[in-house]
Amino acid sequence: MSEKKEKPPKNSELQPELVQLQRRLFLRSGLSLGALSLLSGCNLQDGDQVDKVLWAMSRWNDRVQSMLFRPNHLAPTYPASMITKPFPFNAFYDADSAPEIDGDTYKLEVSGLVRDKRSWNLAQLRALPQASQITRHICIEGWSAIGQWSGVPLRTFLAHIGADTTAKYVGFKCADRYYSSIDMATALHPQTILALDFGQEPLPTEYGYPLKLRVPTKLGFKNPKHIAALFVTNENPGGYWEDQGYNWFSGS
Amino acid sequence: MTTAGQTRPIIHPLLVRVAHWINAFAIVCMVMSGWAIYNASPLFGFDFPRWATLGGWLGGAIAWHLAAMWLLVANGLIYLGYGLLAGHFRRHFLPLRARDLLRDVKNALTFKLAHQPGIYNAVQRLMYIAVLLLGVLVVASGLSIWKPVQLDGLVDLFGGYDVARRVHFVAMAGIVAFVAVHLALVLIVPSTLLPMLTGRAPRHAGKKPPKQEQQA
Repeated sequence: MSEKKEKPPKNSELQPELVQLQRRLFLRSGLSLGALSLLSGCNLQDGDQVDKVLWAMSRWNDRVQSMLFRPNHLAPTYPASMITKPFPFNAFYDADSAPEIDGDTYKLEVSGLVRDKRSWNLAQLRALPQASQITRHICIEGWSAIGQWSGVPLRTFLAHIGADTTAKYVGFKCADRYYSSIDMATALHPQTILALDFGQEPLPTEYGYPLKLRVPTKLGFKNPKHIAALFVTNENPGGYWEDQGYNWFSGS
Repeated sequence: MTTAGQTRPIIHPLLVRVAHWINAFAIVCMVMSGWAIYNASPLFGFDFPRWATLGGWLGGAIAWHLAAMWLLVANGLIYLGYGLLAGHFRRHFLPLRARDLLRDVKNALTFKLAHQPGIYNAVQRLMYIAVLLLGVLVVASGLSIWKPVQLDGLVDLFGGYDVARRVHFVAMAGIVAFVAVHLALVLIVPSTLLPMLTGRAPRHAGKKPPKQEQQA
């Protein structure tokens, strides 16, 4: 700083230069890829302005998807020969850590806006009308796999518990600390089932024993496994991934 | 003070310029977030480098992708509407004759291709038409893998979900290749950059030596 002792320039002299410099910097950063890579820090988890816009757009996408959803339009089904073997395992933990649940003492708890809040055991669930489907499970990561699931159509179950089907959401709590929720229109879709079987067998541990929600009109993470409790509500219950930033509706 | 600048013709209308820069921003967002989504489950035997991705993690990348898609599509529809209705495409991208194309490809490969501001040569016409079609393809395939149940007819058109995913990737690759050539050409002929901001032809445009006049 050899020029330190010189008389400092007046503010008014500096002003135009500063403005020019600012303009140059603004333009340069506005045009550079570097500026965009700064944005890549915006990841829905820091709560900054860009994240707020992204969250708002995700809520807008929820509304658009619920308008696009056709209540009686069926997801494509496939022949048994097209079933993916082996079917991929995917969870927020390793397959070894999937919860071991005793089917003899298992109970599905029911709560919220329903008439009958009694719990259900597996024999009672199997006594209800069953439906089977061979559909494509599409993961948010991009891969997909075809599998066969059978169980109680959720709308049949909701009718049995006297659910208020004018409520907005059905929520699920799982034995592996996972949780998720779906809109009522999807809950009443004919292919949305409380699955008890995978292929011809009861659900294996890693695929959600003893009860898993199968929703072929939504992405895979909206198909919670090891369901321990089901509830009907007008407050959006969110979900394990949804609360971190996955789009809530995530319809297919 | 009268300068040549005031008489220089507008070669890029305001709507085209605004749409161009909005599109540039949207495309960069879509490609970088798309690469991050690809990395979650790579279709082919490679990953995209993390520094070239947007969103930080899969949830962030998808949020970017499904937010920027509205900007891309809304802007794209306005541009397409203008291009078709105002005759912009017809005037600038047509006619595209095989004869001209062969000549201009040969000129381009031997670095003899002349650049006339406001007039696209056959190679440019082909590239702009191709990237428009790639844009339609990338949006259609993207919609089909976003909504494979609600838009199952569109998925069938592509030959299934897995094919649509690959089409989406190939269309992206084609657009990225276009951008690479597009940017390389701007570097080679930097005087094309300013008109996309100001709209006006470069200052030297009127003093073109006669040998650059194309004899088609």
